[in-house]
This record gives sequence, structure tokens and C-alpha cells, in this order.
Amino acid sequence: MNPFSSSTRLRDMIRSIRACKTAAEERGVVRKECADIRASINENDPHDRHRNLAKLMFIHMLGYPTHFGQMECLKLIASPGFPEKRIGYLGLMLLLDERQEVLMLVTNSLKQDLNHTNQYVVGLALCALGNICSAEMARDLAPEVERLIQFRDPNIRKKAALCSTRIVRKVPDLAENFINAASSLLKEKHHGVLITGVQLCYELCTINDEALEFFRKKCTEGLIKTLRDITNSAYQPEYDVAGITDPFLHIRLLKLLRVLGHGDADASDLMTDILAQVATKTESNKNAGNAVLYECVETIMAIEDTSSLRVLAINILGRFLSNRDNNIRYVALNMLMKAIAFDDQAVQRHRVTILECVKDPDASIRKRALELVSLLVNENNVKQLTKELIDYLEISDEDFKEDLSAKICSIVEKFSPEKIWYIDQMLKVLSEAGKFVKDDVWHALIVVITNASELHGYTVRALYKAFLTYSEQETLVRVAIWCIGEYGDLLVNNVGMLGIEDPITVTECDAVDVIVDAITRHNSDMTTKAMALVALLKLSSRFPSISERIKDVILKQKGSLLLEMQQRAIEFNSIVERHKNIRWSSLVERMPVLDEATFNVRRAGSLPASVSTMAKPSVSIPNGVSAAPLVDLLDLGSDDILAAPSSSSGADFLQDLLGVDLGSSSAQSGATPAPKASTDLLLDILSIGTPSPAQNSTSAIDLLSTADMNNNSSTALDTLSSSAQPHIATTASAGGMFDLLDGLSPSPSKEATNGPAYPPIVAYESSSLKIEFTFSKPSGNPQTTNVEATFINISPNTFTDFVFQAAVPKFLQLHLDPASSNTLPANGGKVTQNLRVTNSQHGKKSLVMRMRIGYKMNGKDVLEEGQINNFPRGL
Amino acid sequence: GTDDHSSDLFWESRINMIHFVLLVSRQGKVRLTKWYSPYTQKERSKVIRELSGVILNRGPKLCNFIEWRGYKVVYKRYASLYFCMCIDEADNELEVLEIIHHYVEILDRYFGSVCELDLIFNFHKAYYILDELLIAGELQESSKKTVARIISAQDQLVEAAKEEASSISNIIAQATK
Repeated sequence: MNPFSSSTRLRDMIRSIRACKTAAEERGVVRKECADIRASINENDPHDRHRNLAKLMFIHMLGYPTHFGQMECLKLIASPGFPEKRIGYLGLMLLLDERQEVLMLVTNSLKQDLNHTNQYVVGLALCALGNICSAEMARDLAPEVERLIQFRDPNIRKKAALCSTRIVRKVPDLAENFINAASSLLKEKHHGVLITGVQLCYELCTINDEALEFFRKKCTEGLIKTLRDITNSAYQPEYDVAGITDPFLHIRLLKLLRVLGHGDADASDLMTDILAQVATKTESNKNAGNAVLYECVETIMAIEDTSSLRVLAINILGRFLSNRDNNIRYVALNMLMKAIAFDDQAVQRHRVTILECVKDPDASIRKRALELVSLLVNENNVKQLTKELIDYLEISDEDFKEDLSAKICSIVEKFSPEKIWYIDQMLKVLSEAGKFVKDDVWHALIVVITNASELHGYTVRALYKAFLTYSEQETLVRVAIWCIGEYGDLLVNNVGMLGIEDPITVTECDAVDVIVDAITRHNSDMTTKAMALVALLKLSSRFPSISERIKDVILKQKGSLLLEMQQRAIEFNSIVERHKNIRWSSLVERMPVLDEATFNVRRAGSLPASVSTMAKPSVSIPNGVSAAPLVDLLDLGSDDILAAPSSSSGADFLQDLLGVDLGSSSAQSGATPAPKASTDLLLDILSIGTPSPAQNSTSAIDLLSTADMNNNSSTALDTLSSSAQPHIATTASAGGMFDLLDGLSPSPSKEATNGPAYPPIVAYESSSLKIEFTFSKPSGNPQTTNVEATFINISPNTFTDFVFQAAVPKFLQLHLDPASSNTLPANGGKVTQNLRVTNSQHGKKSLVMRMRIGYKMNGKDVLEEGQINNFPRGL
Repeated sequence: GTDDHSSDLFWESRINMIHFVLLVSRQGKVRLTKWYSPYTQKERSKVIRELSGVILNRGPKLCNFIEWRGYKVVYKRYASLYFCMCIDEADNELEVLEIIHHYVEILDRYFGSVCELDLIFNFHKAYYILDELLIAGELQESSKKTVARIISAQDQLVEAAKEEASSISNIIAQATK
């Protein structure tokens, strides 16, 4: 604009940047331009500002830093002319965001411009405020905006309405100020004003109960009439999209009706006819019509029960599902997930089509369909669905195998009708996608195998056969070598043949070949090799005729690059050497049956509500799964190997475990809740299992008192250790501990000062994370519930930057205390966080919560989300 | 505390709204970005990098939605440009496709069969038009005609100011001759 200016024009700058051949060249041009702009800013010539800012915006879009231009935006906004203000506001929205302090400086200019005589200046200010205002600005300028909702020009009214939407999102307390103004907009004829007005009302309804009641009473009928008018209106070229008059308005009206009808039978009744009309009359051959139908279905599913409408809705979804358009199929899958909640049968009818979608070439559709399928599985269809999914696993894309195999495993584990079926399916998954299977899954498989003694022979033979074909699948190899080590004799002798099996001929040499293959393969990892070494040791006693060969293989591992392998090879070799002629088979006898309940507890890394494990008299040692602890257990370095039966070395192992854990818990400062540590200890004790429950309970309590030292009075400790009265004045946060003590005490008495007790729940569980909630009520305040959330990392990786976020509907209030840590160590690491929920509808409505969890795992951001619906009633 | 703050943010993200608009060329060049939810500059470049990677690599006949970090991104390709809008999981994806198309039609009318070059050299115009279409991540106007009218009224205000300025500078130029 300035004829005397020496700087390049915007157009020229863009040209020269576009002409750059390399990134370095582009950086050079940008650096020079930025230097010129800085110099020009320093000269403070108002004529160059407009051009400088335009250039900076372009540079900003390329990804270069432009913060030095922020103040120029403010100066332009403060200038009197429209062109300067226009580019100034644009720059403000692009270069700044609501968290920058600089933004506060613009509040005054905004206020002036909101009162400007030129309506387009007012429009600029409203737009900027609506896009980036902070809570503080929202508070300061709300009265101006509220006034502008009634402005004579519709262009300003609609902008003021959306600006108010942002204001009430930022400061929900301001909502009631806008109720009247918003309701006046619903009578408008101007579509822009009507659309934004409906949006504002929707916003107010979701924030403020009074607003919801107000609009429900005063506006439901008017909105229905507006929707009817627009649905039946004659062709209007200005608003027509593919034969539908203003689908955008349709959608917003349906959305507002949804919140008005939800939870209110009368309002729902009123809208039945118009919803039926929209559902049946809307043209569905174009996207616009389907968008309206989609919204209509959503509204039908959300309002109070009108079963005939729901049939209509499900039919629409069925039509969507068979549509050729991928977008329509995608939204159908999405909506069917919601529809399951009220009509499982109707959704089941589409099972075949949904299964086809799992095989779709489109990753988005596959993912949705897989989620949906897993919701459709039940005892009756699990076999068929699993078969379909496993068949597909064989041919699916590599990058889908991880998700797919994880889902199949979780379905199989959850619904398996019998052990042999479970084992068969797991072997299929391991064969097809073993490299994607997580540790806890194949650990669980081994636990199940040890418990199915009648299937040991069958399983080891099946694994042997699978290995011959799928030896590249690491987890399959591990399970195979573990089983061959344990049950090698059953393999070569065809022991325990089932009717369905074909006899196979496997020599001892063949069996050892498998292990040798695994241990010598260059791409086997450490765990596999260590497991193979243990298997060899075991086989050397099972197959005495070829123990020389086995010894040679073990000896070769002395040259392993892995220290652990070297050391174990030497130790194992000396065992084989020194005890050749002695009966030392107790060392290498079969692993005792692994306790499933204990494993499940450990897998979840948490305490079960019941303490069934300790009632079992059997001794169980939960260590057979990985090789290393087994080796420790054997205590190979000491001289008294022969004298040490496995149960007593189990106790040593326990001692180690306790020693470590105790040390860490007593080292903790008062900030970390001690009861958490103590439950871990209890768990470990329980999982080892001692002969008599009585002994168990005393040791548990001793431990408790040790661990509790930090934050509890000694009187409480004394009473605790007497074990007669478990309902001591322990803090509410010790909920988990209470349950356990109840189980232990001779006369379980949950009657504490806290009123009725609520069972803890598993609020959420995924393949890597489990969340448990325990509840307590502060006395005299039935509306409030204290929730102790325990987050348990059940993955083999550490989580860092762990953040838990929760949201509740408006009849609830939620307060979150800081979490005990933001890091969850791998394999059972925990973090706790206390939540306080106040239920204004106590006794009428149950708690419900949506949550989102973010963390970093292996440097990658992970986000998990879910809804918690299984709160105990009456909270 | 910080947790309260994040729970606020979470609420905000539960609101059905457009969180950002992104225009990326087939070569991965950014042509327009508009943020309706707070993202730091660092987050913004990360989002752009991640999303353009995913979108540009998607096959032609797949659906127009991707699930991304708990959100959904609705995108549509027009000639050499990808128009993307990020919404919440519960939002109406099909409607967002219509909003994108609505925007493209308005651009098309304004520039007279719009092409990528128009949006490069007149990027600010593309922003002005978007600002007449969306505020606070919500749709503002369903009439293309109305948007065109309001934009042209403002363009005229700018033209008028320019003319005034150049006539003044002419006077100055004459006087200093």
C-alpha cells in the first residue's frame, strides 16, 4: 500500500518461495523475508503493517516461527480502518491462541469494536472472540455479546449466537444469562440465525439444567413445527442440497430435539410423528439425505422408548450397512454399536454382513467392524464367529493382524466353552499371528495347558506339528518348546491320544531337534533361547538315551554372546555332568499345575474381590512360565540342590520377593498410600499359597502392620493384628484392604462407619491397562462418593506421562485429586488417584462416567477411551 | 490443580464441534489451517505432519473418515487439495462432508472455478470465507448466497479504503513533485 515502501509485495514473496528448488533454499528466502519484516516492524511504519502481517501469515503456514509478529496484529486491530482491522483479526486468530498472555491485551480493542458503528467491524470482533477467546475474555465481554444477539442485522445476530456458544463453553456459569436471548432466536426465519440459535440452545441445554427444562417446556413444540415446515417445504434453491432443504438446519434441529426428548417421555411423545416422517420420507440416495437420516436415527435411539420408531431406525441402519458407499457403511457400523444396547437381536441379524466388513480393504471400516463383532459374541455364536475371524487372520493384511489377533484372543478367552477348543483356537492364532501375540496371552495359554492334564499329550503333539510349519512365529515357538520340555515323553510315546488325533511318529531326536532349532536360530530372542535351554535340561532326564547330544547342545551355549545364557549353560552342564548317576529328576520334574486364579490375579496385577485362592490347599508356584525365575528357584549355585524340594525353594523365592517389596514400601514416603503396597504383598503371599489358611491370615496381617507403619496409628495396628475386628477406623482409601480382611476374618462384618459397602468394580480393561474402582461414602453425605481408582499396567512396557481424564453428565459433579504418579512400571505397575463424585440425583440415577487415558508407551502416544456404566447401584 | 484443568479440556473435547480445519495439497504442503480448540504451535505441526501422512497415503476408494487419537478426521479430496476437518467421535461425519462441500462451492463461486493457485496467492481470502462459514467450530451459515454477499460487502469496504489511500498518496505525490 505504501508507494515508498522498499519491501517486496506479498505476491512476489510467494512466487520466490514457490520457485525454491530445495528446502534449504526456501529457508534462505524465508530468513531474508523475516529479517526485512523485523526491520520494518522496528521502523514502526504503519503503512507496511498490513503487508508484513500478510506475509507472516504465509510464512507461518509453512511452519516457521512468527511470534515476533504478534504485536503487529494488535496494532492493526487498534487502527481505525476496516482493511487493517480485517487482516489484524485474521492474524490474531492464526498466530495466537487462547493461552497466550498477549491475547489479553486485545480485550479492550475487542470491546470497542463490538460497539463499532460499522456492522462489519462488529462482525470481525465477534468472529475473533468466538474462535479464540479465553475464559477471562469470555467473562469480560459476555454482556456485549449477549446484547448483540438482539442486534438488528441478522449477520451480527448469528455471529453473536455462535460467539455465545464459545463463551458458555469456556464459562458454564454464564449460561443462564443467555437463555432468554437464545430462545428468541428460535423464532427467526433467517436460516443462518436459526441454525446458530438452535446450536446455542443445544449448548445451553447440555451445560445447564435450568436451560434444559426451560427449552423443553417452552420450545419443544415450536422446534417440532420448524422441523416440519422445513421438511415439507417446497424447493428453495438457496438452501437446497441434493433435493433436501437445508440439511444443516435439519440436523441441528434433530440434535436439539434429542437432548429435549432424552429422559422426558412427554417431550419424546411430541416428536414421535415428525421423527417418523423424517425417517421415512428423507431421500437416501445422496450424502446430504443420509446425513439427515443418520442424525434422525441417533435422535430416535436417544429419546424415551418408542419401540416402533426404533424398528424404523434399525431398518435404516440395516439399509446403510448394505450400501455400496463406504462412508455409509462406516457410519452404520458406528451406530449399530449404540443400537446393541437396546436391541441386541436386531443387530445380531446383520452379523454376516458385519463379518464381511471385518474383511474390508478399508482400515477404518475394518476397525469399526471388529469392535462391533466383539460386542456381538456370546456363548451361542462364539465358535462360528471365532472360526470366521481366524480364517480371515490367515489372509489379512500384516498391519491388521495385531488388532485382529488381540481381539480373537480376548474373545476366545472370554467365551471359551471348553479347554480343548480354547487350546485349538489359541494354537491357530499363534500359528498365524504369533509374533503379534502379547506375553500375557501366551502365558495364560500355558497356565491353561498345565491345568488340562488330560490334554497334555494332545497339546504337545499339536504344538509339535504347528512348529514344523510355523516356526517363524516367536510365541508359538516359545509355547511349543515349553510344552516339549515338560511333556516330551508324551510326545514321543503318543500318550493320551484322543479319538480325533492321527497318530504321529516322533522320535526323541525329532523332539530335541525342535529345541535345537529354536536355540540356534539367530533371530530367536533371549526369552526363547532361555526357555529352550531349560527345556533341554528337562529333556536330558526324559530322554536318557540322547542325553549326550543334549549336553553338547547345552555346552555350545557357553559361547553365547548373552551372559545369562553362558552362565546357565555352564550350570546346566555341570548338573548333567555331576549328577549323571544320581536320581536328580526331582529337579527337572514336571512343573506343578499352575494356579489359574492366581495367574489371572497376577495378570490383572490386582486383588480379586474374593480370596478363593487361599482356600485351596494345593501348593502352587506361579513361576513356570518364564525361564529365569525357574532357574533362580532351582538355586543352582548352592550345594544343597538335592536336598531342596521345590516347595521349600518356593519359600525362598517368596522370601526374596517379600524382601524386595518390603524394602521398597518402607522406603516410601508418606505421600504414597501404603495400603497399596500392602495389598501387593498380600497378593504375593496368597499366590504362593501356604498349607493352612490360618497361618496365611496371620502373616498377612503382620505384613499389613509393617507396611502400614508410615501413615497409621499404632492402635489401629494392634487391633488389626488381633484380627478379630477388621472394621477398624482405617482410612477410606484402604478399601481394597478391607475386602481382603473381610474374607480373612472369621466373622465377616462389612458394617463400618461408612454405611453400606459397595463392591469394587473393574471399571475398564484393555489389553494393556486395567482400571479398578473402590468406593466409600463419607458419613452424613449420601450424595458424595469417594472413588479410589487404581490403574494397573498389564502390558510388558512402562507407561509414562500417564494422564487420566474423566467427564460426567451434568447431574454429577466430579473432582479429581492428583494421581500418585504419572509413570506405571511394566507388568503390573500401579498408580492410584482419588475421585470425588457428587450425585445430585442420588437415589434416582446411577453414576456414569466417560474417561480418557493418555500415556506414552515405547515413546508412542497411546489414547484409550471408554464409558463406565457398571458402577454399583445406589452410589 | 492440573487435573482439574485437563478435565475441563476433556469436557470441551466432548462437545460436538469442529476442532480444526486443514487444507493440504497432494504434495503435503499446507494451504490453510484453522484451530478452534487450543493447540500449541508444536502440537499443531505434529498434527499436520501426522495427518497429512495418513491421509495422503490412503487409497482412493476408501471411506472419507479416519479414526485418529480418539477423534475422527473427515477428509475429501478436490483436485489437488485435501480438505480435512477434525471432529469428535460422536459427531455426524456425513454432515461434515457436506460442510466441506459447502465451503468448496463457496470458494468456487468466489474465485470462479477455484484452483490451488487461487488459494496460494489469495490464502487470506480463503480464510475470510471460512470465517463467514464457521465460528467456534460450528456452522454459521447454510446459504452460499448470503456468504458471498457478506464477503463482497467487506471486499468493497477494503477497495474503497484503498482508493481513498491511493488518491491521498496521489495528492501527496503531486504536491511533492
